[in-house]
Order: sequence, then C-alpha cells, then structure tokens
Amino acid sequence: MALEKIVFKNLDIPEMTELKKYEEHGGYKQWKRVMQDKVTADEVIDVVKASGLRGRGGAGFPTGLKWSFVPKDSPKQKYVLCNADESEPGTFKDREILEKTPHQLIEGVLLAAYAIGSNTSYIYLRGEFVKGWKMIEHALAQAREAGYIGKNVFGSGYDIDVWTHRGAGAYICGEETAMINSLEGLRGEPRLKPPFPAVEGFYRSPTIVNNVETLASVPLIIENGADWYTQYGTEKSRGTKLWSVSGHVQNPGVYEVPMGYPMKKFFEEELGGCWNGNKLKGVIPGGSSVPMMTPDEFLACTMDYENIAEHGSMLGSGGMIVFDETACLVEASTVLAQFYAHESCGQCTPCREGCAWVLQQLKDIEAGQPVPMAKDVLLSVFEQIYGNTICPLGDSIVMPIKSMIEKFPEEFEYYIREGKSMITGKTRLAHLAVPDKPENFRRGQPFNYPREQDYTTDFDKVAHDVSRGPEPMFTKLPPLD
Amino acid sequence: MAYQLTAESQARVKDIATRYPHPMSGILPAMHIVMAETGWVSREACDHVAELLDVPKIKVYEALTFYTYFPQKPVGKYHIQFCHNISCNLRGAESFIQHLKDKHDIQEDEVTDDGLFCLHRVECLGACGNAPMMQVNDDYYENLTLESMDELIEGWKKSAGNGKA
Repeated sequence: MALEKIVFKNLDIPEMTELKKYEEHGGYKQWKRVMQDKVTADEVIDVVKASGLRGRGGAGFPTGLKWSFVPKDSPKQKYVLCNADESEPGTFKDREILEKTPHQLIEGVLLAAYAIGSNTSYIYLRGEFVKGWKMIEHALAQAREAGYIGKNVFGSGYDIDVWTHRGAGAYICGEETAMINSLEGLRGEPRLKPPFPAVEGFYRSPTIVNNVETLASVPLIIENGADWYTQYGTEKSRGTKLWSVSGHVQNPGVYEVPMGYPMKKFFEEELGGCWNGNKLKGVIPGGSSVPMMTPDEFLACTMDYENIAEHGSMLGSGGMIVFDETACLVEASTVLAQFYAHESCGQCTPCREGCAWVLQQLKDIEAGQPVPMAKDVLLSVFEQIYGNTICPLGDSIVMPIKSMIEKFPEEFEYYIREGKSMITGKTRLAHLAVPDKPENFRRGQPFNYPREQDYTTDFDKVAHDVSRGPEPMFTKLPPLD
Repeated sequence: MAYQLTAESQARVKDIATRYPHPMSGILPAMHIVMAETGWVSREACDHVAELLDVPKIKVYEALTFYTYFPQKPVGKYHIQFCHNISCNLRGAESFIQHLKDKHDIQEDEVTDDGLFCLHRVECLGACGNAPMMQVNDDYYENLTLESMDELIEGWKKSAGNGKA
C-alpha cells in the first residue's frame, strides 16, 4: 500500500515544470485571487497561522508566527528568502520540489512576499543543484511572461520580483543568518541573534527565511483553508511532512507522510524494512545532525515533532538514514565528523577546533592507534562544544556521534581495545597509522605531525608550583542539557 | 593580458548586480559566471570581478577561499565530485572511489595527464536516496554500479578521443 501524496501530489505528475500543466491543476489560482480580490496580507498570515504550519527545514518554528514578526510600519524594504540550500546529509526532499514542481514553490514565495509586504524575493539554491536552478529559472521566466511576477500584478498595484541566487558548496549557508551573509556577498558565517532576521536581516532590512518545503505548502493551505490542513497530523504537529529516506533500506526515496503516522507501519509497509532482509541496527531520523535512535525507540515512535523528541531524537529535516547490522558505527562517526569538520565556518573556536579534535580522535581509533581513554576524550570534547557556539553546527556534530557512543558503547570500546572494527574486523584507516611511533609521540593532536622536538613537560626538571592548583584545562564544565 | 570575461558576460554580471540593494551581493553570481566560462576561478579573475562590481578585491578573495564549490586551480575536462558522506558511504562509496583510482588511474585532487579527469571527494550532494552518486561537471549520476560507472568513464574517454581525431 502506498501512501498518497497530499500537499505534494504534483511531484508524481509528469511535466509539472511547465506553467500550462501547473495551471491545469489549479496552479497560481490562489495568487491570482489574492491579487484580484485584494485579499489583505493579514488574512493570508491568519490562514497560515491557523493551519499550524511549522518550518520544515529542521527547526520547526511556526511559519505564520514568524511572518507576523516583521514590523508592519518599517519604512525599510522587506525581503523573503527561500532556503533551497539543502545540504544536510540524508535530506533530499527540496531537490524533488525544485526539479519537479518549481511553480508550486514560486507561488508559495509570492504569497509569502505579499503577506509580509516584500517587493523582492530571492531563492537561494545550493550551487550543486544545477538542474534545479535551471528548472526554477525556466519557471520564473514563464511566470514573468504570464504576468504573475512583475509590476502591478493583475492591476493590484503590487510589484514583486523573484530572483535566484546560487550558493557555492557551503553547508553552513543553510543556517538563516549565514545565508543572509552569503547573499550579501560575505563569507557564510552565522550572525548572533538577536536581532532576528525578521527585524534586521538582509542589509539590515526585515527578512523572512523559509525552507522550500514550507513555502511550497502555502499555496494549498491558502486554497483549501486552514481546516483542511489541520485535519492531518496531531494537535501540535499539523499537516504532512516530506521524509527523505536513505541508507540501508529496501525502498529509499521521498515520501509524504501525515504527522503522527506510526513509524513501525511506515518502516515496514512503505520502506520495506532494511535491504536484503538485514536486521535493523539504528536510525538517524531527521538529517545527520540529530541523535541516533535504537530500533526499539525508532519503531515505538510516531512521526511528529513531539513524539520523536520523547523518544530521544528530533524530527529535524526529515532526512532518515537507516543503518543495518552491517554498519560500523565508528566508521559512520568518522564520516560524520569529517563532514562537520569540513563545513564548520571557523568563526567559533569550540566548533572549529572541537570538530577537528573529534575527527582526529576518531581517525586515530580507526588507524588502530587511539589514546587509551579516547572514548572519554571524545565525550569531554563534546561537552565543550555543545551549546557554546553561535549556530547549531557545533551541536550537530555532538548529537549524532554522542548518541552513537552512548547507545553502542561496546563497538567503540572494542575498536579502541582491539584496534579493529567489531563489525567488519578490519582497521579501516590502517594507512594513517604512524609507523615506528616514537615513544613520546602524542597522538590525538588536531594536526598529527611527528615532532622533532619534544615539548612535553619534564616534571623532574620543573619545580611544580602546588599553590597554582590544577591546570585550568581540567576544570569540569557543566554537563550537557 | 589580464583575465577578462567576454563582453556579454561582463554585461550579465553588471545586470545581475542591479537585482540587489548593493553590488557586494553580485560576487557569488559573478564567480559562477567566471566558472561557467573557464571552469575554475583564478586570482586574476577575482580582481576582474572586483573591478566589474566596484567592490574591494579582498571581499572577492574572501568569498573565493570560503566557498569550496569554486576550484582555485584548473580542473579536468570531466570534473568528478564523488560524494563520500554517510548515506553514500553506507552504500559503498569508498569502494567506488577506490575503483576509480585502481582501474582508471584517476587520483584524488589530481588532474590526469591527458587533462580529461580529476577526482574530488565531496560532502553530501543531496541525492542520498539514489546513493552512491557523483557529480560530473553540472550533472548528477545516481544509483551507480561499478559497471555503470565504468561505462560512463569509457564513454567520456571515447568521446574525447573522437573530438581530437
């Protein structure tokens, strides 16, 4: 039995990239109605508010509420920025929308822009999505020609421009303030909040940043009303969510699932379980940045923000990554750490240095040369990263890897003790091991160069000043949470 | 002679810059145009972009060194970017990268002697459901098997050979 797509039924209709086809299926009707009938911006916001739509990029912030934060009386230009910089490992739902139903997204952008009184909108796509970018450009050209975008749309006196802007391979630009910096031509470094973008964003003007899936949901909500949307989902998590499923699963792909749907049913009936009939080991349910769930937790939860949180993880972006019994979690941790170490923007020290430390520790484990207490070193580095950075990227390396270590400690302990993987029986990064390791060589440095000179302190020669107390670096920090 | 975009591209850069409140925003679009023309972004190209947009050169260098999408040295005719992130890793990306190195002698971060290929490991390209996958120039190649990848590589080698003859 296949789940029917509801809000994104356009994804299954071929040639939806063409304006004609989209109009045949009721496209741009709402935009036209809003323009011609002079529906007020507040009415649009009220419907979206009542629908309970929440940001689908990962944070889950109520969309209507976000829109209402834009100061109405501000004399500044206002902007809508569509976040199509989808780079979270395991997430590939937005790409489907961009490539298959770009007009639906554009109509959503137009409605959002009208709701907050913006005359210019940008769609920030990740640079690698060349096809998606061409599709959006194609759709924008058609919409301009048909008069949906431009000056004085349908005689309403409202002007609107929508432009695309391509990113260039920086994961961090998916964070809204980093995206704004990037759009200003700067390095994609997140800003401190407050001020929130809704008040001071793009060139210090009020800016709303919304995910592709969020904006693409708006036209149907306006068309069918809030009540239609709220019939799906649970009390707090309304509507439907796109889930992108990858990894060791029989049927990977993008699924639209009503919030609150039982995970077990979804996993068994839609996804067909693990591939090759293997046994399930764990699942990262919401993009690589959220904690891993054990099979028990995973199969017991329902697919909404609250219930997944109750079971120890987060819904995030809905990028579900499935691990079967053949997956080595130490290897998976290294791969993830590599990603975050590479993508850290370098602004905050805990994240920049911490990610590199975590990666080095994990590489040492996989090279068969860890420090004996490598697991504790990792956990202590996590404590020093978590919550100490401007944006959540630092937390994002902590959550999945920490949960793997805590939920599958024996795998890490085995690798550290035996110098090989408990699952594959191999030392994956043996080629990185330091040959003829000098006795005083200190592993676990972010940069693992053998040193010519020994910088370690010789305590016999240095008079130890007891009055100084313990070294500050060993001071205990408050625990997580 | 110093690096210059074609007159048409220069006009496009200037036109795109008008879409934003400040020409600074035109830096990334301009570099995408440079990349479409030359395949990589040089220091001279940065200077040129800075002049076109009338922004400080340092701002363009800053952007270039932050955004990994722009190669800072020439790439092969077929720029292979292989995803090695978690979903692709679970479906065997490492063995594919090894296969490229062993069978086709395409080494990481190097351009092959004939200038045809270069291989870079990249982080998630957002096609996890069809892992393993790679991006070659602008296009995605998904649901790869070793055979289908061999076929692609051989095909490119052949078409390049025909081009020369």
